[in-house]
Formats: sequence, structure tokens, C-alpha cells
Amino acid sequence: MSRVYRLSTPLSGDEVRRLEAGDTVYLSGLVFTARDAAHRRIIEILESGGELPFPTRGLAVYHAGPVARRRGDGGWEILAAGPTTSARMEPVEPDFIRLTGVRMVIGKGGMGPGTAEACRRYGAVYAVFTGGAAVLAAQAVEKVEAVYWLEELGMAEAVWLLRVRDFGPLTVVIDTWGRNLYDEVMARVRERLEELLGGTGDSGRGS
Amino acid sequence: MAGLEGRLRGFFVELIRVAVTRLPRDVYEALERALEAEDSPVARRQLEAMLENARLAARLGRPLCQDTGTPLFYLRVGDGFPLRSRLYDVAAEAVREATRAVPLRPNAVDPLRGVNSGDNTGRYVPWVEVELVPGDGLEAVFVAKGGGSEAPTRLAMALPLRGLRAVRETVLRAVAEAGPKPCPPFVVGVGIAAGGDQALALAKRAALLRPLGSRHPDPEAARLEEELLEEVNRLGLGPHGFGGRVTALGLHIEYGFRHPATYAVGVVFSCWALRRASGVFGPDGSWRITSEHI
Repeated sequence: MSRVYRLSTPLSGDEVRRLEAGDTVYLSGLVFTARDAAHRRIIEILESGGELPFPTRGLAVYHAGPVARRRGDGGWEILAAGPTTSARMEPVEPDFIRLTGVRMVIGKGGMGPGTAEACRRYGAVYAVFTGGAAVLAAQAVEKVEAVYWLEELGMAEAVWLLRVRDFGPLTVVIDTWGRNLYDEVMARVRERLEELLGGTGDSGRGS
Repeated sequence: MAGLEGRLRGFFVELIRVAVTRLPRDVYEALERALEAEDSPVARRQLEAMLENARLAARLGRPLCQDTGTPLFYLRVGDGFPLRSRLYDVAAEAVREATRAVPLRPNAVDPLRGVNSGDNTGRYVPWVEVELVPGDGLEAVFVAKGGGSEAPTRLAMALPLRGLRAVRETVLRAVAEAGPKPCPPFVVGVGIAAGGDQALALAKRAALLRPLGSRHPDPEAARLEEELLEEVNRLGLGPHGFGGRVTALGLHIEYGFRHPATYAVGVVFSCWALRRASGVFGPDGSWRITSEHI
């Protein structure tokens, strides 16, 4: 396990199904950011039969609220763009994956069974970028292609369409085969916890 | 006096800038040692990303993490220091200035109205703890405390009968429940005291202020630190929760005497991006940063 892939968006179903929990990916191409408010808005538009002003099919959605600065020429520069906690998006992520056709969800901290089922059914993976590594993430952004809904949602919640190069390391946590790496690690941690607390009884230092 | 106040504000702004953009050398070196200890490629890649991010942030002068945290000031103030009652206002002014100049992400939210103040200040923000000491100068530590690592904070009001057994169980359970959320490898601070507030205040100081690699001067506390650190790492959570040998970079205990009927145990985490800087300020307005950073 733990192979390293360099992939480009748009991702195909075959490319994504090859990935397994524990693999590392460096991603190039188009990625768009979306947090809570953007998730809600994207789902509302697509469910009512509307069209989004940006592409989503085969791309990656990044749970992140970047710190961006306007350059002299009117374009944007991303200063810091680490991942935000993904669990907040868990209730709506299955609908989001179904409606947008994204092949990769990127964030931190892990996601739940709803997202895992959507990944299996629609051919997508959930991958984690190192939390706190905000400058490293910003360095992988080659170009800000566009920003959407900036006025209404503000800098952190707006959708930033980014062209990235070798964005990573992304670690695949949920694959299309039903594996969830965090669930596996946490199950082992809980086992060791019970061994430590139960196996030897008290530490012998309390008396 | 106005000139002195301006110099103090400038000192605080620089402390904030250094803390937020440059990882302390002890933390960077602890991450390097963790990289030497890990053999799983997934764990190693996490640590390499953290180290590279720290180098980039220092070189470019940018915040290490987009969550620039809650601003905390720990001040040791001389009896004769001239600006004693102005410290709180000057700290808040410095945070406002740093929010624009560094920049910091605005993180101060009114809990009743849900409104973000926009400048990282508000009721009790920045948090300022003052300790009075002899002399006429000031020693300051600034810490930016991230939200993700604050959420798994734990307090146990343990049975005095269980004593140190309760400390051990509280710490190990807190780590297991926290999982990847506080961005491991983290620093674990443990506080033991009479009251819950005291235990948590001591735990926070233990996590944030103690240099990594230091041991408590009390040999019994020092031995407990070593044992608990070893056990926390045996849980196998590993860098960023992907499994591995290094879950915690350090574990520090601070204790105060308890009450016969109480045994309060607090656990506070710092993420790997432990952002602290310290410095000294003299009554004549001269100052320097004393902490070492990459």
C-alpha cells in the first residue's frame, strides 16, 4: 500500500477507482473551494435545474477558505489556503457529490458513512491535505482562474476556482471500495487504549 | 508616556508577527526528530509537509496556518513597570494592528450575536494573563491558539481516591477521542489542581509555554511526564492521525495543591503549529525578541 500518484483533473472514474486508502496523490489542474455556504448554494442551484457558472464534473472540491490578496493587475494571489474541518460538510456531501460529479473531495479531519457511500456509488475519493500547511497549499496554486459569489459569501466562503500544480501530499482516506483509513487507525487506537487501561490494571503509581 | 506606549505596541505587534509566521526552533527540531523516528511513508510525508510549510512561512513571512488562532498574552510585569494599567488596551491595539499588517484571519466572534468583530478583538480577546514580579521591566509571551486544537480540551473532576490513576486515564482517553482533529503530532498539557478552572489554566500553560524537551523540576512530576508521553505515543495515532510512532511531540504537567475533596485534571492540546514568541521590554522602551525561531 501507500503508492504515490500524480493526477490531473478532470479525473476519470477509472483513475479514481484505482486509488486506495493510504495512497498519496499530487494533483494538478482545476480545483474549486467550497465550504458550508457554498455547498448549500451549489446544491440549491443544481436541484432546481439551474447551471453553475463554473465547471465541477471530474474536478476536486477543496474544503478551504483561503486568505487571498488582490494584485496590482486586478488578479488574485492566494497567501494561505490550508484545509478546513470536513466533518461540517458531512450532512450535504453525498448530494453534493451526486449533483456536481466531483471525483475528489479534499479537506481534513475525516468524513462519515454518508460520504463514504457516495464515494463508492458515484466513483469519488475523500483525501486529506496536511492540516495547518497553509503556505505549502498556497504555493501549489499556479493561478486563480476566477472567484464566484465573493460579494455575497465573503472571502472565506466564496468559490475560488484554482489552477494547481502538484497540490499535495493528499492522502486518500476514503476510497471507492468502502475503506476509511481514519476509521481503521482509530479502531486500533481504541484497542490500544483498552489494552493500556485494562491490561495492566492501574498504573501502580496511585498509592 | 505616549512614546513608551507606542513602543510597547510595536513590540507586541512584532511578537505577534514572529509567533504567527515563524515556528519556534524547539518545535521545528521536535518535528525533525519525529521524522527520524517514523518509517511509514504516509507518516513521513505528513511530517515533511509540516517542515516544508514551516520553512516556506518563515521565508515568505506568511501565517503558518490560515487559522491564526485566538490571541493569548502571558505577561510577567515588574512592580515598577510604568504602563501597568494600560497593558490590556495596548495588547488589544497591537492585535488590531497585527490583523491588518501580518495579516491575521479575523477570528473573534460574539457568542450571543454571532457577529465577528473583524479585528480579532472583543470581550476578553485578546486574553491577557498578568503575573507581578520584582523589577521595572516586562517579559511577554504571545501565543496564537488554533480552534481545531482547542475543541478536544478535557476536564475531569476525578475522585481523590483514584488520584494519579485518574490523571493517566483522563489523558489517554482525551488523546484517543481527539483523533486527528488537533493536528498531531501535538503537545499535550496536563494540569492538576483544586479547581477545574485552575487545572485547565495550568494545562494550557503546560501545553503552550513549556519548551519541548524540558522536564518538570519536581522529579515525581518529571517521571510521570515521561511515562505518560510514552503511553500516549503507544496509542499509535501518529502524524495527522494516519498511524505512527509519534502522536505527541511533548507532554508537560503543571500542578497546584488540591483540596482534600477534589482532584481536578485538565488536558489541553496544541497542534503541531505551536505559535509562540517571547521577548523582553525595558522601562526605557528598549525591547528584543528572546525566543528562537526558524
